[in-house]
Amino acid sequence: MNVNVTSPFSQLDTLESVGIKTFVEKLKEIQAFPLKSGDHINIMQINIGKVCNLSCKHCHVEAGPQRTEIMSQEIMAQCLQVMNDHQIKTLDITGGAPELNPNHQWLIRQATEINRHVITRCNLTVLNDKNYAHLPEFYAEHKVEVVASLPYYTQKNTDRMRGDGVFQSSIEVLKQLNKLGYGREGSDLKLNLVYNPGGAFLPPAQQGIEADFRRNLLDQYGITFNSLYAIGNFPVGRFLTFLQKSGNLQPYMEKLVAAFNPETVSGVMCRDQISVSWDGYLFDCDFNQMLNLSCKPKHISDCKAEDLNGREIAVHNHCYACTAGSGSSCGGAVV
Amino acid sequence: MDTYYNPADLAKFSTMGEEAPDLWQKFMAYYGAVFENGALTAREKALIALAVAHAIQCPYCIDAYTQGALEKGANEAQMTEAIHVACAIRGGAALVHGVQMKNVAKKIGF
Repeated sequence: MNVNVTSPFSQLDTLESVGIKTFVEKLKEIQAFPLKSGDHINIMQINIGKVCNLSCKHCHVEAGPQRTEIMSQEIMAQCLQVMNDHQIKTLDITGGAPELNPNHQWLIRQATEINRHVITRCNLTVLNDKNYAHLPEFYAEHKVEVVASLPYYTQKNTDRMRGDGVFQSSIEVLKQLNKLGYGREGSDLKLNLVYNPGGAFLPPAQQGIEADFRRNLLDQYGITFNSLYAIGNFPVGRFLTFLQKSGNLQPYMEKLVAAFNPETVSGVMCRDQISVSWDGYLFDCDFNQMLNLSCKPKHISDCKAEDLNGREIAVHNHCYACTAGSGSSCGGAVV
Repeated sequence: MDTYYNPADLAKFSTMGEEAPDLWQKFMAYYGAVFENGALTAREKALIALAVAHAIQCPYCIDAYTQGALEKGANEAQMTEAIHVACAIRGGAALVHGVQMKNVAKKIGF
């Protein structure tokens, strides 16, 4: 049966249909079940909308121009209140393309006013749109850390995943960010890039691929950056559809299971963060959000610190993507 | 048996340890050590393995080291060049043996 990615149930059914040891069984084997969050949450990652100017082949959000889900300013204000009340230090903004939410800049201003570190995840190309071309200066002014998707240092590999013209457009924006001081030595403006594999295979060692990016982007375009995060592809959303349609689902899941690294479990990102959906519901991570694997507390309007800390994390077979090899998180490799 | 080569057989490689476990363990320990980062990087070794796989035309090895090279961060341009190296050496090896043909022809000819 083909997966229906508009239905979290269908996605979970598909992940359950694969003949592998479940992630829960795997955690039990190493006495790590139930998995619990740490004593304090340091990151609130909020998905401020599923609308995006791109429709990338690996996107677990199924984001694209046709999506309409957008976080309201009211929900953003509730998020900021919780961050303030619970001393959550970092606001990590994701989407979709976060820039397409009309309240994106308001959110950044408010978060920096309460001295929170702000990360915005950016597909780069959106900043070439004249409506958003002012944002690099805005980010610099507010010391926003930019985490930019660039799946590979060549046009062919990047465009195959993200669409024609994306690589060149991304290079232009990276040059602009560099001009403002982003990713330059001695500057406090952080520019981190995100690599992800161009298909159903695991990411390489982060250090090696970072060196390749650094050398190629500098030699060919004069571009510099701070760090490269090597992130795996998760069997969720559009990538799950690809896996199933291409006959790669079973071998990819087997590959993830074979590469399970127990040392990654204590450092997985869900132990240190809370994820908020566009409509204010809470999850352990953005992937759980797309699979509607909710956590307690359920909604940002009813969120107490004691509920966030030491909470039981919802896990399923997609979690193998966080524990394969060196591990994978929104901040790159785990170990 | 429909075909001598079945992709599912690659996963049965370890059954070669059933009758000779000591030899298998020694081979696997050696194999693992060979592919670790050393004077050559793990990626360079994966690309060599991919080229050799094509030279010896082993479908299992081609499958394994196509994925292996990608997972070491190589791209298709690099992998294609590696296969051209195998091709050049195989082709060159055939051609250079033409000297033997010439030697024989010279020896028996007027």
